[in-house]
Amino acid sequence: MIRAENIYKSFGDQEVLKGISFTFEAGKNNLIIGRSGAGKTVLLKILVGLFPPTAGKVWYNDQNLCVLKPQELRQLRLKVGMLFQGNALFDSMTIEENIRFPMDMFTKRTPAEKQKQVDYCLERVSLSGINKKFPSEISGGMQKRVGIARAIVLEPKYLFCDEPNSGLDPKTAITIDDLINGITKENKITTIINTHDMNSVMEIGDNICLVDHGKLAWQGNKSEVLSSKNETLHDFIFASPFLQKLVNQINADKI
Amino acid sequence: MIKDALEHFGKFVAWQPQIYKKPENRSMYQKEIIRQMYDIGIGSLGIVFLISVFIGAVTSVQFYYQMEGTLIPPYYIGYVVRDMTIIELAPTITCLVLAGKVGSNMAAEIGGMRQKEHIDAMEIMGVNTSAYLVMPKTVAAVLVIPILVCVAAILSLLGAYVASVPTGLFTAAEYTRGVRSFFIPYNVFMMLVKAVVFAYILTSVSCYQGYFVKGGSIELGAASTRAVVFSDILILLSDYIIAVLLTA
Repeated sequence: MIRAENIYKSFGDQEVLKGISFTFEAGKNNLIIGRSGAGKTVLLKILVGLFPPTAGKVWYNDQNLCVLKPQELRQLRLKVGMLFQGNALFDSMTIEENIRFPMDMFTKRTPAEKQKQVDYCLERVSLSGINKKFPSEISGGMQKRVGIARAIVLEPKYLFCDEPNSGLDPKTAITIDDLINGITKENKITTIINTHDMNSVMEIGDNICLVDHGKLAWQGNKSEVLSSKNETLHDFIFASPFLQKLVNQINADKI
Repeated sequence: MIKDALEHFGKFVAWQPQIYKKPENRSMYQKEIIRQMYDIGIGSLGIVFLISVFIGAVTSVQFYYQMEGTLIPPYYIGYVVRDMTIIELAPTITCLVLAGKVGSNMAAEIGGMRQKEHIDAMEIMGVNTSAYLVMPKTVAAVLVIPILVCVAAILSLLGAYVASVPTGLFTAAEYTRGVRSFFIPYNVFMMLVKAVVFAYILTSVSCYQGYFVKGGSIELGAASTRAVVFSDILILLSDYIIAVLLTA
């Protein structure tokens, strides 16, 4: 479980987050949604410890992330995996070296054990056999899956995903969502996904936090989204002209 | 401007303890040091060879031009070329050139990693990126650059020989006698001190510029340029300070 407690964040005079409190539950897909510029990425980076909050606390169970010493923070981070929006795969390393990197750095496993774990992770993301390729030699969707494989190689308790579906076609996006959902449920980890993909919201949104203008505008789960009367949520969901037309058409048919 | 300079200096000094912390995994750091030693050492041999040979050649020819017709014996040319090379030209010119080649490369490499979120990714894995990305480069440079400077000094003396003896400026015996005259081993020590200090300056300044880069490709280019300019300025400044301190 991760809990954000009254988080504020300012960059100079610009206040990006204005007192957000939210509990991200274990074994669930916790989605942070909102428009571009709402403060989602800043919130995610505060949760993962890349930005310090201006005020507020981030609790990993009973550990306050904001007051940890560098060594304690590094220990905690061994339990964290993250998928970046741009994948952040090391482009001068092969896929296998990318996935093996955290094990090389932090474990004393034998080469055979490392190889077994790399193969398992690649198999888990359905990419067996691409070990020796470089990130530039595979597609964007495959790079996302390699990013997930690297994020789970040390069997983390917390998984962060920043815009996992950005730049992907709808089918590949669904594959990525299914993969993240499967990993979350199988391993009962706390997964926090920063997204503005409505398919993700409706498919895997176990616990949703809508951020608007730096504040928590709505919280709930996927089954509560459509029935909610919250205007901000409504505006966000039906921002797409296609969806609006669809809803209008359904309403017209009903009449 | 002074405020900015002081701010950067403070940030640079405060950053140093982060770099020299205990490695998470010694063998990973050792591998990286060896890779960097190869890149800096073998990768720079060509340019060091070219520059050293020509500097030696030009020094001998020009010194002959100045001494011609005077009462100073010709073998002094070998002596002067040797001492100029060892005390000043080999460490300073080599490191100024390496600041351009190796320093800009380091700034661009680390800056690129910052922009592509590689550094963030490593931080989230629990890696001390200041140490992992900078320490191996600094250690490798401090070990390899003094060797390159020694190679440069030898090549410079060979360059002086090749440019002067076959062309008849003076004889091989005169040159050899000059090179072997009045040799003070302390000068070699001075050369090595300079090489180590300059190596540290060019790597740490360049890595600092890359590590803290913000913005896009234009800012990365500017950081790379700053890495070379600041390294060169600090190398020249420290050259003067070392000269004053070690010859006092």
